[in-house]
Amino acid sequence: MAQWVDACAADAVGNEDVIRFDHAGRTFAVYRSPEDKYYATDGLCTHEKVHLCDGLVMDNIIECPKHNGRFDYKTGQARGAPCIINLKTYPTKVEGGRVFIDIA
Amino acid sequence: MGGIVIIGAGMAGARACINLRASGYEGEITLIGEEVHLPYDRPPLSKSTITDEQEAGPIWLLDHSIVDSLKLKTLLGMHVDSLDTAGKAVVLGDGRRVAYDKLLLATGAKPRKLPGASGDHALTLRDHRDAIELRRRFQPGKSIVVIGGGFIGLEVASSALKRGCSVALVEMQPRILMRGVPEAIAKIVHDRHVQAGVNMCVGVGIAEITAHAVKLADGREIVADTIIAGIGAAPEIRLAQQAGLAIENGIACNAELQTSEPDIYAAGDCCSFPHELFAGRRMRLEAWRNAQEQAATVAENLLGGHKAHTNIPWFWSDQYDLSLQIAGVADLGPHVVQRVPAPGALLLFHLADDGRLMGVSGIGPGNSVARDVKLAEMMIAKQMKPAAAALADVSVPLKSLMKG
Repeated sequence: MAQWVDACAADAVGNEDVIRFDHAGRTFAVYRSPEDKYYATDGLCTHEKVHLCDGLVMDNIIECPKHNGRFDYKTGQARGAPCIINLKTYPTKVEGGRVFIDIA
Repeated sequence: MGGIVIIGAGMAGARACINLRASGYEGEITLIGEEVHLPYDRPPLSKSTITDEQEAGPIWLLDHSIVDSLKLKTLLGMHVDSLDTAGKAVVLGDGRRVAYDKLLLATGAKPRKLPGASGDHALTLRDHRDAIELRRRFQPGKSIVVIGGGFIGLEVASSALKRGCSVALVEMQPRILMRGVPEAIAKIVHDRHVQAGVNMCVGVGIAEITAHAVKLADGREIVADTIIAGIGAAPEIRLAQQAGLAIENGIACNAELQTSEPDIYAAGDCCSFPHELFAGRRMRLEAWRNAQEQAATVAENLLGGHKAHTNIPWFWSDQYDLSLQIAGVADLGPHVVQRVPAPGALLLFHLADDGRLMGVSGIGPGNSVARDVKLAEMMIAKQMKPAAAALADVSVPLKSLMKG
């Protein structure tokens, strides 16, 4: 069963940027790609649980602000040391200017 | 065929194993470590290993399942006696010989010992066992004296304070973080330690160290249940030196991290190399990320590549709620531009005479400077000459300068 939650206004995330979204004790990262598509992943780096929202988005890559671990935020794939565990991703949709993510 | 032998089971050695396999190398890899442990992460040793509520074991860089899947042969708790470069073999402490086709020295660095202190009274911090010993001694109410105002000393001071100790820090130099950290940023760190309650004794030498006190040159006497020296580290060059390899502030390598002996390479804290992006300046970097990145470069070159190591030097330190990040080589950029990206945060850009960005230094709460330091690092790598006025103006996103 899908469980869509309203994460943020679509324009709250800058182009090629990321923001943090907390919901029911969980934390997520919501991304807007250079092509203005939206993506969502778990909010914490799989290496040392650092909030990825403080990191830099470059094309399809989010880089952790603490130790420069990298992930492809579209697929969750770990793409650079020290990260070896992939990041969980979540489906997104935009409706009425809001970004929803399916956290099920 | 002896395959590839790696001496040193720290970050550089561990990542070299991973990178060699990722590059498709299927020959033998032998990883030799002096400690009994598999490779583990050292940054937590000055922080969470000491301060976490529950005592925890090392955080593994390679665990048994990874060692198995990478088909590594490990020799742990193993002292290496010498290198036989003519016979292309490593001679172990127990007399056995391990043949190599290519050898990687990832022997790291060892903490400098405090002159004039002896016994178990003056400790240093390098390995997991050291950190557990500090944890055991840092009991509430104990008096801890840290000697040395570098990153390790400062992190240990903040960890001791967190454990409820009374803490003094002694630095002979006129200020803390003299090496590589600009004064304005060192001052923020200094003030934060004072605010937290560390007795900061800076610009004063040590007259004498007794069983229970440190006597300063200005006459002050500080009671000490435990003294920790964080006065820098020396590269571990014994094997290289005995084998007649070139030494120059570490094991001297070329830009491809190859030593003066063609089949022997070096990476990590023990390796000095000329950096092509910084006018060929020879540098030795005692840093976590450098160890990872040099392991990647050296793995490629062990397999026949000729890649120069040109990653931008990068350091970080956590001090209480503050994070400090430094990229590039600040002292090659005499023109300093300041940017205040958020309250309590500070970024300094170091520009050369021709306007090229050479270094960036940032400090701020949490990870508030991380993005900007990263962007500046990318500009340094691209040898960009960003306009000083734009760097100083927080209404101009640094990212926009990248695309200009």
